[in-house]
Amino acid sequence: MTSFPFLSVLTLLPLVGAGVVAVLPQGRPQLAKTVALVWSLAVLVLAALMYATFQVGGPRFQFRESYPWIPIWGTRFTLEADGIALVMLALIALLVPLVILASWHDAGERSVPTYFALLLALEFTMIGVFAAADIFLFYVFFEVMLVPMYFLIGSYGGARRQYAAVKFFLYSLVGGLIMLAALIGLWVVGRGQLGHATFDWHELTRLHMNTSTERWLFLGFFLAFAIKAPFFPFHTWLPDAGGAAPAGAAALLVGVLDKVGTFGILRYCLPLFPNASKYFAPLALALALIGVLYGALLAVGQNDLKRLVSYTSVAHFGFIGIGIFAFTTQAGTGAVFYMVNHGLATGLLFLVVGMLVARRGSALVSDFGGAGKLVPLLAGVFLIAGLASLSLPGMSPFVSEFLVLLGTFTVNKTLAVVAVLGVILAAGYVLWMVQRATQGALNPALEKIDSMRRDISAREIVVVAPLIALILVLGFYPKPVLDVVNPAVQATFSQIGKADPNPTVAQGGGK
Amino acid sequence: MHYATASGTLSSVWLLIAIPLASAAILLLLGRRADRWGHWLGVGSVFVAFILGLVYFFALRGLPAGPGSYRGADRTLFTFLDVGKLKVTFGLLFDPLSAIFVLLITGVGFLIHLYAVGYMADDPGRRRFFGYFNLFVAAMLTLVLGDNYLITFIGWEGVGLASYLLIAFWFDRPSATTAGKKAFIMNRVGDVGLLTAMFLMFAAFGSVSFSDVFGAVGRAGSTTVLMLGLLLLLGACGKSGQFPLQAWLPDAMEGPTPVSALIHAATMVTAGVYLIARSNPIFSANLAAQTVVVAVGAFTLMIGAIIGCAKDDIKRVLAWSTVSQIGYMFLGVGLGGVAYALALIHLLAHGFFKAGLFLGAGSVMHAMNDQTDIRRFGGLWRYMRITWVTFGLAWLAILGIPPLSGFFSKDPIIEAAFNRAGWSGWLFGTAALVGAGLTAFYMTRLFVLTFHGPKRWTDAETPGGPAAVHPHESPPVMTVPLILLGIGSLAAGALMATPVKDWLLPVFNNPAEETASHLSTLTVTLLTLLVVLVGAGVAVALFRTGTELVEQPAGPVVTAARRNLYGDAVNEALFEKPGLYLTRALVYLDGKGIDGLVNGLAAAVGGGSGRLRRTQTGFVRTYALSMLGGALLVVAAMLVVTLG
Repeated sequence: MTSFPFLSVLTLLPLVGAGVVAVLPQGRPQLAKTVALVWSLAVLVLAALMYATFQVGGPRFQFRESYPWIPIWGTRFTLEADGIALVMLALIALLVPLVILASWHDAGERSVPTYFALLLALEFTMIGVFAAADIFLFYVFFEVMLVPMYFLIGSYGGARRQYAAVKFFLYSLVGGLIMLAALIGLWVVGRGQLGHATFDWHELTRLHMNTSTERWLFLGFFLAFAIKAPFFPFHTWLPDAGGAAPAGAAALLVGVLDKVGTFGILRYCLPLFPNASKYFAPLALALALIGVLYGALLAVGQNDLKRLVSYTSVAHFGFIGIGIFAFTTQAGTGAVFYMVNHGLATGLLFLVVGMLVARRGSALVSDFGGAGKLVPLLAGVFLIAGLASLSLPGMSPFVSEFLVLLGTFTVNKTLAVVAVLGVILAAGYVLWMVQRATQGALNPALEKIDSMRRDISAREIVVVAPLIALILVLGFYPKPVLDVVNPAVQATFSQIGKADPNPTVAQGGGK
Repeated sequence: MHYATASGTLSSVWLLIAIPLASAAILLLLGRRADRWGHWLGVGSVFVAFILGLVYFFALRGLPAGPGSYRGADRTLFTFLDVGKLKVTFGLLFDPLSAIFVLLITGVGFLIHLYAVGYMADDPGRRRFFGYFNLFVAAMLTLVLGDNYLITFIGWEGVGLASYLLIAFWFDRPSATTAGKKAFIMNRVGDVGLLTAMFLMFAAFGSVSFSDVFGAVGRAGSTTVLMLGLLLLLGACGKSGQFPLQAWLPDAMEGPTPVSALIHAATMVTAGVYLIARSNPIFSANLAAQTVVVAVGAFTLMIGAIIGCAKDDIKRVLAWSTVSQIGYMFLGVGLGGVAYALALIHLLAHGFFKAGLFLGAGSVMHAMNDQTDIRRFGGLWRYMRITWVTFGLAWLAILGIPPLSGFFSKDPIIEAAFNRAGWSGWLFGTAALVGAGLTAFYMTRLFVLTFHGPKRWTDAETPGGPAAVHPHESPPVMTVPLILLGIGSLAAGALMATPVKDWLLPVFNNPAEETASHLSTLTVTLLTLLVVLVGAGVAVALFRTGTELVEQPAGPVVTAARRNLYGDAVNEALFEKPGLYLTRALVYLDGKGIDGLVNGLAAAVGGGSGRLRRTQTGFVRTYALSMLGGALLVVAAMLVVTLG
């Protein structure tokens, strides 16, 4: 335990930043950008310090703060972080400054201060949702998070942005409201058993519910998270939102915001409703498996780069879902590491796609063709991002995919073997995308566009370099993340009473 | 089995990987700043790795022998994964098997690098090329040095990546990028086999390290061992271009010629043979798995040889020849016992003569304005003597004419195939023998049409037009590697056969020599020589006076062979087309079905909500269909999940 109130400062710092940036004069866009960038870097430094103070092998929740909030409901302003939340907080703190830098010119004609204030406000809500340990507080962040993203898509997005923003909002809202109903149900059950009203996560995980109550409440939470993640068949909002959002916002949407879904399943569904989780696991696994193959096949069929990347995420979320519901240490740890890596890799891919789209003025793959001739370095970075996305060994996404599939295989061979087909499909959609966009004969239309002749700029290199470096370092040395995540995952699975199977072949005596 | 920890000189064995990798990183990161000297850094890093390989080789020889006179040095660098019961270290194993691979990869690899300095001299992307080349070598060395399957797998896919980059090196050529993509994806199909094998190892033995798995394999049930063997074989087939994953290899000729030499001689395609040889405790423990390996090898060596006879592109003939020769190696490792070592000797010999053949072909292409059609060569022996002589040595070596290297490496495999117990010995032995005759035919055809007979030169740019080519010998930076490889083709077999066998046998648990059960050594040798001479003689008789310049109509067998025995057609009909249709159907259903349902619902609820309205109405049938489809999908997936 540390005495410095890391979590509340980390949560509130970007909120203050959003306020400051929002009131900066409209006429000084450069100032607003700079302040936003510096502010987000301060958040990053704080998160890095927090990560450094985490002690591997220590207690699960090493960061905890709790303040009175609405006593009559028994809800408190409680922030807590275990290893799983910690890596997600670090991911957010890392991605936001990069996204701000990548979005330097993305506000276009619209208000620059508002755009960057929205990004910081989004960071505030994202940190809050991962740090909350009071379930009501979690719900509040879960819903408030929609607001900045709604405006980022609806005001700053591309074609069909209004449609996409409304769809995104409605989908999430529906999920959120169902969760609210389940939340109230849980609160009622808790008050009956505990004798006092509370939304405290620790207290509520100790409840004993009858089978049908537990299952209904599980479904309420699960549906909200399955929409957010998204799992098949609740995924159709994602390609629209990802396709319409500005690239930076899309990177945060898919890279971080969606992880609330899978994080929520791990933090809330499993410990609060252990029996229902086990009961519904086959259904969840089936949806996740469909997602792996379905998302990959649909990605193959897309002609819009941003929609394509969104569909690859549906496949990736399928892998995460499989990892969670396989209930083994390797699969679960792999799933959480997958959440981090997907943020890095798909975040990188979205940002690079954004750079290409900004130059071309179109996101259609067929509008590119042979772009590698004009922008060889950018095409190279695009390929690297693609390779990360297809989980090439030596890059961090491979480690997580390997762990998920390996851990799943020990309990369900057929499922793992079918899911492994997704590995082949991933090579298909990535390489075909790279081929159509950057290889082959040069599309003559490209040559006429001046901006297509500008290869990657210094600012853009600063955006992609940290992500590529981290992907490679964690690909060969994943220990710094795995050691943080692993105990929290094991604790989660022990809460639902699941242990790893032993090797099937008897161990020989003394090697 | 337990490996001794590396100490002294051998503890720095990681340098073998680090040096080419660092060079690759420098070449690719520095960009144009390194254009002037980059290729020499690339060559130098592989040369240093070769020297280091020699140092480690002698250090290994100097180690005291362990049980079964096995020597091995294990170097653990750091903990890679430690999650629950899974513990994987980033460890390297230097033992007789990895040692000979290290020497082959860095030695022949160095000669190919050197040659490429000349071959790629006029290419503006030469520095990038050398970056990829070094990456390839680093990945291949990781593959053969890993002390567990996961580290090997990292190198395994790294090789796949590097081959993708190199095959698609001229990325503005659609055929090159398609070939690169095809190579990567077909490799990934194989990779899934290796990946799944690791899952099975962990589920069964709780580890993926060589020592744990090989130590426990004796206690496993035969189904588990058979499955492991088949999954590893699938991986090996992908990397080595063996049936049914052979189709990518000939297309890989789209890359620059040194790439073909590196992929086909020294590195990538030998990875499958390495994997099976390394996993020998698994294969030796299961006869059925061995039989499948032997059958794959025999079948592939036949189809490779048959298709090789019908090709007119010099590189494609050589490519199918590689498919066929690797088939011999699979046959060898599948037979097990002493034949493990025989296959590896053939692998080494093949490394020399095939590198010589590819680089010689490159020299010819260089001289002939990038013409690759052997029908348009002829009489070149007079103009490029060094290429002619070295190519000739490699040609005699692959034929197996004594005393060249193929004689010492291929004949013993044919003999071992005949020695397999029961009727399968006759079957596989005959296949290997017939394959040798076919090899003699297509290689002699290639040699005669290229270097002898009348000149049939035409310009590559204007097919059929007047001859505007002025063939010339290549510069020394290209001919020196040719000469060294020629010497290798001449002498490697005789010099290596016995010492390498003795060097390797401890890795395979010192198997006893097979006794001849069907045919004696002398009979097999004479029979093989006879078949080879007949094959070569027929080719000389047919092509001594040249050939037609364009493809002639032919019977069904030749037509089938020209079309790669319909391997590509089968892939297209079974996977590509249905996959494409499925994708299209899903894209349609996702938009009109699932999303249409949602939007329809939204419009129905919202009533007046005009914005969401226009995408729907009138799609009730589609909704119903998609709901049905979705329900079926979920049921099917549930079935998969509950099957366990």
